[in-house]
Amino acid sequence: MSETSARTGDTATHGASIELENLTKRYPGGQQPAVDNVSMEIKAGETVIFVGPSGCGKSTTLKMINRLIEPTGGRIRIDGEDVTDIDPVRLRRKVGYAIQSSGLFPHMTVAQNIALVPKMTGWPKKRIRDRVEEMLDLVGLDPGEFHGRYPRQLSGGQQQRVGVARALAADPPVLLMDEPFGAVDPITRDHLQDELIRLQHELHKTIVFVTHDFDEAIKLGDRIAVLRERSHIAQFDTPEAILTNPADDFVSGFVGAGAALKRLNLTRVRDVEMQDYPTVTLDTPLQQIFTAIRGSGTNEILLLDKRHRPYKWLRRGDLMRAKGSLARAGTLVHDTVTRDATLRDALEAVLTDNAGRVAVTGRRGEYIGVVDMETLMNSVHELLEADRLEAMEAQHELEETRAQQTHQEQEGPGGVTKA
Amino acid sequence: MTFWEYLGYRHQQLLADAYQHASAVFQCMVLATAIGVLVGVVTYRSDWAGNLATTATSTILTIPSLAMIGLLIPVVGLGVPPTVIALTLYGLLPIVRNAIVGLRGVDPALVDAARGIGMSGPMRLLRVELPLAWPPILTGIRVSTQMLMGIAAIAAYASGPGLGNEIFRGLASLGSKNALNQVLAGTLGIIILALLFDAAYVLIGRLTIPRGIRV
Repeated sequence: MSETSARTGDTATHGASIELENLTKRYPGGQQPAVDNVSMEIKAGETVIFVGPSGCGKSTTLKMINRLIEPTGGRIRIDGEDVTDIDPVRLRRKVGYAIQSSGLFPHMTVAQNIALVPKMTGWPKKRIRDRVEEMLDLVGLDPGEFHGRYPRQLSGGQQQRVGVARALAADPPVLLMDEPFGAVDPITRDHLQDELIRLQHELHKTIVFVTHDFDEAIKLGDRIAVLRERSHIAQFDTPEAILTNPADDFVSGFVGAGAALKRLNLTRVRDVEMQDYPTVTLDTPLQQIFTAIRGSGTNEILLLDKRHRPYKWLRRGDLMRAKGSLARAGTLVHDTVTRDATLRDALEAVLTDNAGRVAVTGRRGEYIGVVDMETLMNSVHELLEADRLEAMEAQHELEETRAQQTHQEQEGPGGVTKA
Repeated sequence: MTFWEYLGYRHQQLLADAYQHASAVFQCMVLATAIGVLVGVVTYRSDWAGNLATTATSTILTIPSLAMIGLLIPVVGLGVPPTVIALTLYGLLPIVRNAIVGLRGVDPALVDAARGIGMSGPMRLLRVELPLAWPPILTGIRVSTQMLMGIAAIAAYASGPGLGNEIFRGLASLGSKNALNQVLAGTLGIIILALLFDAAYVLIGRLTIPRGIRV
């Protein structure tokens, strides 16, 4: 847990599971329901993204979870407790809520905004004060500086951070986010997304996040629910599975072009097999270097500097041409990737390298291994294959639940209430 | 007798009248504000109720004040009651209208956020909607007060309190030595009171409008 919450002596609440069962919203006068029979299970501590075209009912579905919009049918269970009929005010205090353009109250200071929910739940003053500081810290704003500011004195990104801090202030197990980063510029959005990933790493809340940006969904989601009109689930699966095996044309249309390339963003270099190149250091005697080159399958070795960082690529002929001087021989290593780099970064590096390989380095820049075109392609194929299998399984499950639903619909209302 | 001599000679009576005038307007404003904001709060959510409230209060405003007070006399008698009733009714329109406009003008996203973080209805109204609607409401109160300052003068017709007595006395004795002085003293007194009240509202605005939404 973060050290900040250890300081105040309370352990943070982790996520709770959410179950939606045949959730339906029908507006009076509407021919079709706005949200039709959505069933979904969200595991505790999971980040689930609702993604779909505008007007598909994803926001409506989200707002039914904290009953800002009352469902006309179906049940909602949070952590096993049926919350469909409890007092909505009580429900909402257990469920954090962050919206686009932050929704901060302009007449209250940052601290007052964050303190709202703890105050309503009746926390003692001292604890609220500490909590406000802690939350500001958590979202990366200096408490001393931002405490007394009014929302209009903050930038869009800062407002959004405060919005998230307010949503998390009373430590709810569930966090609902309705296009929270929709109104900020792309660079800030990227930052905020990274922040959210970091936060979630610390907090393990159950997050339901609505967006229409599929790339955002891939970046943030443990699982993504692609929704089509009336909130019908087109596919509900991991980003990997959706990218490699979209359930139908609708989903693949939404995924957009370059699914395989997007897939590369989801895997890190440390997850693929690296090649071990023969290496020598600057202090190695020349004779030994010759032997090493001859012994290597590729006729090439990697020269490391004193701190074991990749320095130069040496080929067989290089030393001859340089007349045995290590200082003049070989080509400098100009690009390396870390183990945490995405495969996309690695591919980029491999493509720009004239010999089609890139050295992988550890935390202090020391040599770990080499990735080349062939290993990349092999690992990507393996990944895609594995994804495909997984997706097919998930697809099968989804079809089963759909078949059940159709069955219930045909059985009429009797069948529905039985379920 | 010059105007200044008149003032010096009658200043006690004038101050008493001015005090009564101000006090009548102030009390009626408190009443009108309470009723006006309440009507606004009750009606702003529904289209027709809000329009009905605005139309009703503006209809009241179209009745000439002299006629209104005249009509009230047979019902409630002379003196303070018709004054208070008439002033309060006239004061309603700007307050009701600005309350409705202000409350409807609160960003729906903020109301949504307030609901979303678990505020109950009354809490939402008191902590979010009314504070955000307060600047336009205060403007309404200010306009109302200026208007009532003038209308309160008419209340003297029903033997009500205030500087109107001075004016009516002067008008009744036109041609006499002090007639002009009386009318002038009453009128100027009302203008001065109105300016003082306005200054007070600027101060109230400074003190009650949160810094975050002050323009």
